Amino acid sequence: MAIIKTDNLVYEFTRRDENNEVVETVRAVDDVSLEIAPGEFIAVLGRNGSGKSTIARQLNALLLPTSGTVWVDGMNTQDGEHLWDIRQTAGMVFQNPDNQIISSVVEEDVGFGPENMGVPTEEIWKRVDRSLEAVGMTAYRRSSPEHLSGGQKQRVAIAGVMAMKPKCIILDEPTAMLDPSGRKEVIQTVRELNQSEGITVILITHYMEETVNADRIYVVDQGVVRMKGTPREVFSQADRLKELKLTVPQVTELACEMKKAGVDLPGGILTVEELAGALCR
Amino acid sequence: MLRDVTLGQYYPVESPLHRLDPRMKLSATMLYIVSLFIANNPACYLLATAALLLAIRISRVPVRHFLKGLRPIFMLLLISMLFNLFLTGGEPVLVHWAIFTITWPGVRQAIYMAVRLILLIMGSALMTYTTTPTSLTDGMEKGLRFLKAFHVPVHEIAMMMSIALRFIPILADEADKIQKAQMARGANFEEGSIVQRAKAMVPLLVPLFISAFRRATDLATAMEARCYHGGAGRTKMHPLHYQSGDRIAYLLLFAYLAFVILLRVIL
Repeated sequence: MAIIKTDNLVYEFTRRDENNEVVETVRAVDDVSLEIAPGEFIAVLGRNGSGKSTIARQLNALLLPTSGTVWVDGMNTQDGEHLWDIRQTAGMVFQNPDNQIISSVVEEDVGFGPENMGVPTEEIWKRVDRSLEAVGMTAYRRSSPEHLSGGQKQRVAIAGVMAMKPKCIILDEPTAMLDPSGRKEVIQTVRELNQSEGITVILITHYMEETVNADRIYVVDQGVVRMKGTPREVFSQADRLKELKLTVPQVTELACEMKKAGVDLPGGILTVEELAGALCR
Repeated sequence: MLRDVTLGQYYPVESPLHRLDPRMKLSATMLYIVSLFIANNPACYLLATAALLLAIRISRVPVRHFLKGLRPIFMLLLISMLFNLFLTGGEPVLVHWAIFTITWPGVRQAIYMAVRLILLIMGSALMTYTTTPTSLTDGMEKGLRFLKAFHVPVHEIAMMMSIALRFIPILADEADKIQKAQMARGANFEEGSIVQRAKAMVPLLVPLFISAFRRATDLATAMEARCYHGGAGRTKMHPLHYQSGDRIAYLLLFAYLAFVILLRVIL
């Protein structure tokens, strides 16, 4: 059974004037149907304003659909009764690391979710220990988030979600405010969690390099899913991606250009090693 | 400038005082301040000073650290001393020169006031030095729980306090950045009359407030995503339980208070 499933999801923002009359409605998400199996690593790609963050917020009931349905582990997000179960099942990491850490001590922040869920004290500490270990931040457990780098803060935020024992983590542009090394650090952590803990990952991003290792990619533009498939399938259509104002990874672009110029190469090359291997055949 | 805000800075050493329950330390500080206002003779103040020095010794926070904390209130101290010195009437007059009159009650009042202020600041500093902000808010939340009966949102206030403490350095940093950005475009924060300088703060405060609201929205969303729904049904990572040390501390506290009252009555 799918862990997350959306059926013809539509979401409209309405802007109202002072008299509470509708000025305009913007369709941010338009007829999106996703189906995500447990343990998958899914990437949702799209440029700024493509509606990808709005989709993310639908997946743990921070926003509710205008029409259509979202199912999280068999629970309908419109069913208010399951609200906290849904948020626990599908944890969410946000873009700005500073605006999601609520405590002045790392380990206390990680324990915030379980505290809210009413988990007994000893169990909270066990979960905090495990989560900090899973993201490799045990050494900083007593530090103040002030003294951490952006990448480390995001790892703490991920640990905070892990402590809620979710089945699925949604990361809403977790690397957009980080430097390249922090970005690598976070993506590495997410991949490890996906592989060793079997957590379903939904990574929302506009950096294509980060999606190379995903199982499947959805490319979103203007609220509509424009392309979907494995990274190889998606990246082999470099021209189409450029039309959607996305930058293809450098190697992929180089391979595409070489292919156009007549070099015999397979489509959708994703890494430098792969290109080198194909050229040396 | 704003980076220098040092609200409730914790001094991390191991000591019996650090281990006490925050509720105990809160009520001790409160009662100590009350005792300073009960005191009205030298013996009382000697006792209060001795008690504080003993507590500081137990806390293993260097006295130097306390004296540094007193620096910002030096002006206030001086002014209140001068006012007391010159404006208290009574007999006998010690010095009389032009419009200035110094009387014996004035001198006494000035000294008492100074001692009272110094002890008050040092006493409350001792609490913040030995208690982390989080355990302080935890202590307030649990210690003031009885106020819930009067519809005071105790949990919410405690949560707000701890979030405020978390965001002070972030916002201070941001204010710094905005200030530099405005200075790079020719804003002048350092010169001019007080009115001009106050006006110069507007382009600093407006973006700071906007950003603070934006952060608040983000934080609220993040908290909701992590299942925050108020204080009901919440468990604690650090549940508070009184230990034997706290009972001893309470006994000492009440003994001290009784002594102060006794000294006031008999002297």
